[in-house]
Amino acid sequence: MVNWTALIIFSALFLVVTVIGFVAVRWRKGDLNNIQEWGLGGRSFGTLITWFLLGGDLYTAYTFIAVPSLVFAAGAIGFYAVPYTILVYPFIFVVMPRMWAVARKHNFVTAADFVEGRFQSKPLALAIAFTGILATMPYIALQLVGLQAVLTAMGLGQYGELPLVIAFAILAVYTFSSGLRAPALVAVVKDALVYITVLAIVIYVPIKLGGFGAIFSHIPAAKQTLATDPSKGNSMWAFGTLAFGSAFALFLYPHSLTSVFSSKSGRVIQRNAMLLPTYSVMLAFLALTGFMAAVALPKLGVANSIQAVPALINYAFPDWFKGIAFAAIGIGALVPAAVMSIAAANLFTRNIYKPFFRPNASDAEEANTAKITSLVVKIGALAVVLLIPVAQAINLQLLGGMWILQTVPTVIFALYTRWFNRWALLAGWAVAMVYGTITMLQPLFNPTAFGLPANGGKVLSTVPITLGSMKLNGYVGLNAVVLNIVIAAVLSLVLNLARVSNGTDVTQKADYIESEAPIPASEIAAPPALAEE
Amino acid sequence: MGKSPSALQRASLVLLLVPFVGLLWVPFYNSTTPNFVGIPFFYWYLLLWLPLSTALTAVVYFANRAK
Repeated sequence: MVNWTALIIFSALFLVVTVIGFVAVRWRKGDLNNIQEWGLGGRSFGTLITWFLLGGDLYTAYTFIAVPSLVFAAGAIGFYAVPYTILVYPFIFVVMPRMWAVARKHNFVTAADFVEGRFQSKPLALAIAFTGILATMPYIALQLVGLQAVLTAMGLGQYGELPLVIAFAILAVYTFSSGLRAPALVAVVKDALVYITVLAIVIYVPIKLGGFGAIFSHIPAAKQTLATDPSKGNSMWAFGTLAFGSAFALFLYPHSLTSVFSSKSGRVIQRNAMLLPTYSVMLAFLALTGFMAAVALPKLGVANSIQAVPALINYAFPDWFKGIAFAAIGIGALVPAAVMSIAAANLFTRNIYKPFFRPNASDAEEANTAKITSLVVKIGALAVVLLIPVAQAINLQLLGGMWILQTVPTVIFALYTRWFNRWALLAGWAVAMVYGTITMLQPLFNPTAFGLPANGGKVLSTVPITLGSMKLNGYVGLNAVVLNIVIAAVLSLVLNLARVSNGTDVTQKADYIESEAPIPASEIAAPPALAEE
Repeated sequence: MGKSPSALQRASLVLLLVPFVGLLWVPFYNSTTPNFVGIPFFYWYLLLWLPLSTALTAVVYFANRAK
């Protein structure tokens, strides 16, 4: 049965957001036919807008749907998201101002631009660009799963996939016309809705259920902490590696880097690294709603763990507030999906289309290609949702994370050193990508195992590795990146001894430190890839 | 990010490693007790790290303020 009250409020809020998207085109007027403008908002965002953009990257369907559903199904292990979203900030604080400074100096728009500039290696830049686009797909797919969950919760499940397609079309259209300016403004509205919804849930639902003590008293002891029984695999190692691996993955996604590049100084990034854990507070409380759902919902018969939070909202709130809460989750999925698809489009245009297919493309053609690609990326993610059955939504994010982690040695190490040889980095990347992909997607060929609904929602993304007497069940992404680094280091040693060229570096030491390289906007060098009139 | 960070400024960066120790040493906090307002140790310990980590980052941020 369709909940009309909720659906009308949900639709009204979506309409508001869409209108804001169109208005955003006029905001801080810039030439949207230039990829720097369409894709980076002209590198003009201060602390506040950067806050909303960076926060938006973190505050997605991952937070609202994937993490609570994992806690709902599997208990304590789902809380790995908390240390993950804490540890990511010290990393950003130290590393990203360097990235920002060198990108600003040389007009880099993507990580692959930087790699190309640092190593003069087209294959390596292509590998980084390809990985970024690939890793974005399941992450956008996760957003669509979240959107699908709220539409289903409002009773639209009976009409198949149609509502999902319509909501997606709205996003596609306004992103298409206004670029990064749309999500930046919409993110402000989104955050207001998200804060209201999270506060309502974490205050009202525990009261309704008799307090946190009562909630935890209903949770089996085995789910309250991590398994330490070696025969079942030690979950503590999985917990730690999932948190650590995810933390290093988050800011290498093309869309996170887009948010970094579009801010106006390295200091803005550091200030946000200090302030953004506020978002993690809400993530932590949302993770707890997984337990609330586990207590409240057995009476309601929730078949699918992805429905945990939407069903909890249906259980606890009046119809009008359901509309607001579902809109918060829905818009919270759409905004990051927009940023992600823009970022993937930038990558494709700059690092694949232009260098390999149309070296002489004009600015207008470049911007146009990016816009079309952003649509294609979204459609690709839509296809992932429609074609691949995934019971544990979190695995989509962990799959993307595994891929994007493989760019760490090339992108992050290169911010500090050129000791690693470009061919060694490429070899490490290739082997790790193959190992990680095969390991994680194996269950695809065994449909009953994919998503693992039968064994209590165990995260597919960890595999046991035996070291002597220890059996360590850890995140595939982290295993793969260790393999990646070892191969890159050993080969670099050999290639450096053999004096194999590491390309010409267009960057200088001072370029990485903001205050040593003050550049007036008028003096920013236009690289040959993006010549401006 | 001054031109040449002082020894103290460099040292303050070590503070950013503290959350990694506190959060990745999982056996230390993988237990239900001591309980706090009905919340098992595992959970409130993790929640506690949110303000702690922010505070540590803030110290580093202000210590590295441009002169």
